[in-house]
Amino acid sequence: MLRLTDVTKTFNRGTVNEKPALTGVSLTLDDGDFVTVIGGNGAGKSTLLNMIAGVYPLDGGTVELDGVDVSLLSEHRRARYLGRVFQDPMRGTAADMQIEENLALAKRRGRPRGLAWGITREEREDYARRLASLDLGLEDRLSSKVGLLSGGQRQAVTLLMATIQKPRLLLLDEHTAALDPKTAAKVLSLTRRVVDEDRLTTLMVTHNMNDAIRLGNRLIMMHEGNVIYDVAGAEKAALTVADLLQKFEEVSGGELANDRMLLS
Amino acid sequence: MQLALMGALSQGILWGIMVLGVFITFRMLDIPDLTVDGSFALGGSVAAVAAVALGLDPVVGVLLGVVAGLMAGLVTGLLHALFDIPAILAGILTQIALWSVNLHVMGKSNVPLLNVDTVFTRLAALLGVTQAAATLVVGVVIAAATIVLMYWFFGTEVGSALRATGNNEDMCRALGIDVRVTKVIALAFSNGLVGLSGALICQSQKYADVGMGTGAIVIGLAAIVIGEVLGRFAPGRLISFGSRLTAVVMGSIVYFIIRAVVLQMGLDANDMKLLSAVIVALALAVPVVLERQQRRRAYRRGTPAMGDAGARGRDGRDGAPARQEKGGER
Repeated sequence: MLRLTDVTKTFNRGTVNEKPALTGVSLTLDDGDFVTVIGGNGAGKSTLLNMIAGVYPLDGGTVELDGVDVSLLSEHRRARYLGRVFQDPMRGTAADMQIEENLALAKRRGRPRGLAWGITREEREDYARRLASLDLGLEDRLSSKVGLLSGGQRQAVTLLMATIQKPRLLLLDEHTAALDPKTAAKVLSLTRRVVDEDRLTTLMVTHNMNDAIRLGNRLIMMHEGNVIYDVAGAEKAALTVADLLQKFEEVSGGELANDRMLLS
Repeated sequence: MQLALMGALSQGILWGIMVLGVFITFRMLDIPDLTVDGSFALGGSVAAVAAVALGLDPVVGVLLGVVAGLMAGLVTGLLHALFDIPAILAGILTQIALWSVNLHVMGKSNVPLLNVDTVFTRLAALLGVTQAAATLVVGVVIAAATIVLMYWFFGTEVGSALRATGNNEDMCRALGIDVRVTKVIALAFSNGLVGLSGALICQSQKYADVGMGTGAIVIGLAAIVIGEVLGRFAPGRLISFGSRLTAVVMGSIVYFIIRAVVLQMGLDANDMKLLSAVIVALALAVPVVLERQQRRRAYRRGTPAMGDAGARGRDGRDGAPARQEKGGER
């Protein structure tokens, strides 16, 4: 489904701020894989997702989606394969547009946009049904501006937008990190349900080690721009947070000491 | 006086079409597009040459004005989209280039439309009304048609993508929208309307001048902010798209009426641009000042012990901690 081969990226190359973000990452995801990604600050987790999505050009290596080499495709061309939810709830939606308009934009991801009406009556009914399944009372507020919603509501809508047109790969970049714990839990259970229902191939970055263990069938740990630990199946299911911390020290020779990870 | 007001009314409507164009870039894309000064004069120059030198039908002249404006917008859009030149600078470059282009189009700095048909004289003869009345009719019909066209276009898939571009480019790219394309379309559409307005103004005033577009963008912005202030007092607060567009044309009319009145009262015509700039600057500055004052008052209410001095010391920093938090989250 997704194949990264020797992907490298260095930010600010040739300056004093030079930062190698990815140092030859190779990674293959099979159809239906739900992979969680953990690692300390600056480990390259978000960069990994951004390189797959085409936010930055690759320095080297290849990205293949569905057997197609997309390494040189721009971000909006890769969008046909990808559903994305960002950490910042503001980034995934258009604040000044209505909820239904946002969904209609997402429904047309990867399709040519013409002069047909931007949203049809049947779509509206479909959107109301889908919003009702979020259980946030949004089904009665189809024509409300998204800017009026709370961060959690916006993130739920973004998740719906990312999956309304079934993506080949779902990229979740710490999508619950900016939410309060209760809302985060809700969005996370929603994520789980959507991924299960549509059997979506998913790559989820998280700071929360418990979530990383609890969700998905595979876990990868990143450190200094590369994958240092990759575990799946029964072995992954049996992991504990203590295991992860120990594993990190073993492989990296340092401590995965990051307040945010330990506290969450 | 009545005659002056009548003239101001029809002038306001014809310029209102340009204001609708400016609305697309300024309010929907958040780009103050400076191409406008050049493309307005370009529309006028092309319409004048079409009538005088080429002897074309006045309707064709107007259509050529639209096409010329569209091309000007296209140039700005491509400079911005293909070469990442900041939108304001791209607009300035096109505007400056158009000054020379317009002189070449006309062959001199102004072209009078003597003894040629215009859309207004044509209609006046057809309906048997005065030319002033015909101007009003043409203006109202074309402005209304433009509003309907915009209402339709911005409801389509492409139009929605365009509105989304002005809102959140990150989201657009994630949803497969090429924001370079949507911006080019918006700039072309906008300047097409500006060219249309320029051509109509040229035919109504019966001359084209290389300087006729100077300050057009400021008139556009002034009309938009006046229209929005008027909209705030209207029932229902004019939120729907159609009424926002109508309010903007109303803003243009009000602008030209104010202008007629102050000129009648003895203001030097050369001071009009100064007045326009002051109107826009005030309209942009007043909400900011009001909000700042409100925040200061709220702070004083919240900390009575600190008194006035404390409030002044803290002034303006309220937003800073929040911003820092957000940045630290990465």
